[in-house]
Amino acid sequence: MSTSPAVTGPVGLRMKPTGKRRSTNAPSPDLSHNIILYVEGVTKSFDGFKALNDLSLYIETGELRCVIGPNGAGKTTMMDVITGKTQPDTGSVWFGQTIDLLGLSEPEIAQAGIGRKFQKPTVFPEHSVFENLELAMACDKSVWKILFAKLNAVQRERIDEVLGIIGLKDQRTAKAGALSHGQKQWLEIGMLLMQDPLVLLVDEPVAGMTPQETERTAELLVSLAGKHSVVVVEHDMNFVRSIARKVTVLHEGHVLAEGTMDEVQNDPQVKRVYLGE
Amino acid sequence: MSTQSMTGQGVLIPALKADRGGQVLLALLLIAAVVVPIFNLMIPEGSFFHLSTYTVTLFGKYLCYGLLAIAVDLVWGYCGILSLGHTAFFALGGYAIGMYLMRQIGPRGVYGNPILPDFMVFLNWTELPWFWEGMNHFPVALLMVVLIPGLLALGFGWLAFRSRVTGVYLSIMTQALTFALLLAFFRNEMGFGGNNGLTDFKELLGFDLKTPGMRVALFITTVVALAVGYIGCRYVIASRLGRVVQGIRDAEGRTRFIGYQVESYKLWIWVFSAALAGIAGALYVPQVGIINPGEFAPINSIEVVIWVAVGGRGTLYGAVAGAVLVNYAKTWFTAAFPEIWLYALGALFVGATLFLPKGVVGLIPARREKTA
Repeated sequence: MSTSPAVTGPVGLRMKPTGKRRSTNAPSPDLSHNIILYVEGVTKSFDGFKALNDLSLYIETGELRCVIGPNGAGKTTMMDVITGKTQPDTGSVWFGQTIDLLGLSEPEIAQAGIGRKFQKPTVFPEHSVFENLELAMACDKSVWKILFAKLNAVQRERIDEVLGIIGLKDQRTAKAGALSHGQKQWLEIGMLLMQDPLVLLVDEPVAGMTPQETERTAELLVSLAGKHSVVVVEHDMNFVRSIARKVTVLHEGHVLAEGTMDEVQNDPQVKRVYLGE
Repeated sequence: MSTQSMTGQGVLIPALKADRGGQVLLALLLIAAVVVPIFNLMIPEGSFFHLSTYTVTLFGKYLCYGLLAIAVDLVWGYCGILSLGHTAFFALGGYAIGMYLMRQIGPRGVYGNPILPDFMVFLNWTELPWFWEGMNHFPVALLMVVLIPGLLALGFGWLAFRSRVTGVYLSIMTQALTFALLLAFFRNEMGFGGNNGLTDFKELLGFDLKTPGMRVALFITTVVALAVGYIGCRYVIASRLGRVVQGIRDAEGRTRFIGYQVESYKLWIWVFSAALAGIAGALYVPQVGIINPGEFAPINSIEVVIWVAVGGRGTLYGAVAGAVLVNYAKTWFTAAFPEIWLYALGALFVGATLFLPKGVVGLIPARREKTA
């Protein structure tokens, strides 16, 4: 049921092993305990409604984790808290042993190595596919550096590589706004890859995709795990079943169950609130 | 745009090669810089081909507006910040050069005070306010032309962008900014001539402002400034920074989540634009011969936005076209039918919004494609 992380799909992803993250001067997280993301006791209320209620979650280095849960379970709010969009009322979020994410802004968190894909595909519609990837590329993103930035051969090669991974080589000069829904989803995943993140937070990657596209996305995400830690929020149970080794079930802003797909499906509480049996 | 990011050459040359409208604009500016002095200075006044000094100054004024329009297009067309207060920066640049021109009058004022401008003598002031010190030096005045609008934009932008004020709220704040400056500059105690502003200028760098030669020199300076300003803006837009800024316009959240400090980028382009507007104002004042608080009027800033919309937003050259066309129409209308000008302006804006979403310059490529 679960696929080994070494498997490479027809998309042919081969990450070049780089000792150092090529991105930036941002500090690297300390991963000595093999946990890359600590979400501990996080609570967030919106007008009295507890979107997150004492949520605790630990993501291991290199793992592929699926997060499922009914609407309003707090999945997107959880991502908002991790990426700095929303400040929680209580609790803590740590990136590795040393980086406190609650003190950082969205761009700082992105620079530190946490990439995010939105539920609705969000790309730059007026820019070409190539330019979308160029903008996402990990580099010094301060204003003056960017004003005079030029692509070097290595960076160009990297963009071509990602274009191949996401299957948009023929669309490189096309406006991103003109892509199909599925292609936009892929481009956004490509933009995530260009950031060279340690953690990928992926919100509903296969929403609106054809079965073939879904399959390729599954292969891609599985192949990314290992070098990256991947957290996928998804509604599509078949998709989750095809990629997941460990599943976290959220309910009312809290972790209801955690384990393999079989374990959580047989959990009586999960059956009651989510799987509707 | 994508091809230029893939070639090994620099940024500017390929950008200009791909920019038809910009080539036309720069060619027209070059022609104007050559032809205008000939027709004004070399062809005698009685001749049919003589270009009057009045016309030279009028077009010089339009080109100052063109530079201001580029500044507005840069933040509105490319970064999505609708500024309804850009004439504040324009007027401040104008006041900076106006202060220098006042100091140049020296003892030739009505009251003959060698240091104090007339309005200060009239107010029974005995010494120069501290902020007028040094403004008799041309380089200092030039520095202030960009520094004062730039610093105001920096302070305003830092507060507004950091608080993530966007859209219509930001536009209203820019209106409030220019209105506040209008009220402040009306006050005599501010030390900028109050209601009357600064006027009766005599000389710039020792040259009499009223001679045709000086008028032509000012016109050519304006042409050069507009050309350099245009090329500078084109570089900014073609650079990766330009693509980030357009990304902010189209998907601000995405820009933030791929690691760009959106506020810094907005602030940079905002301050750059304000400095350009200041330069436009500084070129405007010696040509029209007066700067008064009326330049801060909120309606003026709205007019600039109309120029850009009519000309074609997000093209830069469209902004210049719009500024020149609308102001030419204004000159004609206010002479022929003064009472209906504001209605005509309103109709122009509504018409451009409804029928010309890409502005006047948007008509040109469409026609070319059809014939080709």
